Amino acid sequence: MPLRFSKVSQPHGWFIRPVIEVSNLYKSFNGVQAVNGISFVIKAGSTVALLGGNGAGKTTTISMLLGLLSPTKGEVKVLGARMPDERHKVLGCMNFSSPYVDLPKRLKVWENLTIYAHLYGIRDVKGRIAELVEDLELGAFLKRPFGDLSAGQKTRVALAKSLLNAPKLMLMDEPTASLDPDTGDWVRGYLERYRERTGATILLASHNMAEVERLADQVLMMREGKIVDQGSPTDLIHRHGRDNLEQVFLDIARGTSADQGPQDGSQEGVGA
Amino acid sequence: MNKMQIPDDVCAPQPKFSLRRVFALMLRHLYVLRRSWPRLLELAYWPMIQMILWGFMTKFFMGHSTWVAEAAGVLISAVLLWDVLFRANLGVSLPFIEEMWSRNLAQLFVSPLRDSELITSLILMSLVRTLISVTPAAFLAMPFYDVWVFELGLPLLAFFTNLLIFGTVIGITVSALILRYGLGAESLCWLGIFLLAPVSAIYYPVDILPGWLQVVALALPSAHTFEGMRGVLFDGVFAWDHFFWAVGSNAVLLTLAVLFFLHMMKMARVKGLLMQQGE
Repeated sequence: MPLRFSKVSQPHGWFIRPVIEVSNLYKSFNGVQAVNGISFVIKAGSTVALLGGNGAGKTTTISMLLGLLSPTKGEVKVLGARMPDERHKVLGCMNFSSPYVDLPKRLKVWENLTIYAHLYGIRDVKGRIAELVEDLELGAFLKRPFGDLSAGQKTRVALAKSLLNAPKLMLMDEPTASLDPDTGDWVRGYLERYRERTGATILLASHNMAEVERLADQVLMMREGKIVDQGSPTDLIHRHGRDNLEQVFLDIARGTSADQGPQDGSQEGVGA
Repeated sequence: MNKMQIPDDVCAPQPKFSLRRVFALMLRHLYVLRRSWPRLLELAYWPMIQMILWGFMTKFFMGHSTWVAEAAGVLISAVLLWDVLFRANLGVSLPFIEEMWSRNLAQLFVSPLRDSELITSLILMSLVRTLISVTPAAFLAMPFYDVWVFELGLPLLAFFTNLLIFGTVIGITVSALILRYGLGAESLCWLGIFLLAPVSAIYYPVDILPGWLQVVALALPSAHTFEGMRGVLFDGVFAWDHFFWAVGSNAVLLTLAVLFFLHMMKMARVKGLLMQQGE
């Protein structure tokens, strides 16, 4: 696959290669095609949303990007490393957060963060944790077991864990699922500020269309393991003649859309 | 928010094997042990109960069995060394399934942690847990039954090490099977080791087994170790042949167990098992 270079929205204005390159990717489980020949490129510094109904292939795609799952066919490159074979070259500079993957419940919050700080090779463990405690307002429950926390508190701790290594790439599976509107808004605001300050790339899977409209530069719409449309939220809404992304999502999920843009197989770069 | 800068070295190459990551995983289990006295008590409880039970049996057999009377410590030493094997197995498999119970495997494997570091940390945790388990029982034998197992001297260290390694071999194999077949297979932690107990010749010599079972027994490090222990207690001789058989078969079995575990990790990546684990 040819390399794509693009100016990214980092303060430095570097020219660097895409953060994610997915080419003709397939994954099947016992004959069921979970991901069916998708290709896309994500540029550095962008926030891209992976949308689709349940079973569309979002989590499977994210798992392959993280090196947790081997593709049946095709290629995944993250920060230039082929996944999962070369994952150890890049796992230190990316991270992951999902409400469906826990931290040990019996361990206190500070213990969990300390363990992961060591796993990521953080030099100043106490200093880094102190920064995140301040940023994410974890002080009130730092000494409580993770399993005793509310959903909102757990999300903040999971976010702190995913920020320990100040990742260049963050993969987030439904980062605000089951959160109340206030906490959800706080998390979205934090992610916006994080990307703005660091120029990090964020790929998120979400079912919250308002969240996607707010955070994402670009959207990849998935259905039955394929990318059935992509573009910026505004473009998609305009192209489908709808008022908001939720209506576009329903059109695509139900297969009632009059206009479906770039189909699967497209390798057009997405991002800022 | 003023500290959100990505350091220049965030993507610096990571070492292929990091003791710090091994330590981090051990820390995860030590934090739990440190705070949970019921867990610590449970580790020491069963070996002590076993010791008390077999101690009284030894006292009884002393008057009724010339074989036991010849070497008073033979049953007590056997029960203690059997617990080394049993606890070393659990010392690997329980911390591993604890990661599955807590749905933490995916978090671990998206970090820079390598499979070899995970295995190393499990083996070291096994050593820690085994020492916590059997040390109180070893000291208990002295005041209750006047048996000082440390009298075995350096051979005791050889027996301990061989059984510890064989226990970790079983633990690694069982962990690999649980990774592949899920938490429904978690009882293998306890069942697997008992399958080997009859052919390990813990409380009796190998030669009382049927001929074909003797072949099986002598392929295992455990049978050679218990034969070696009886050699020291009855004849005062350290049987080097049994020792070398135990070391050699341990080396082969440990290599096979690690390769099996790595293969199952690869299978887990193909079948998507790392994201699905949990209760």
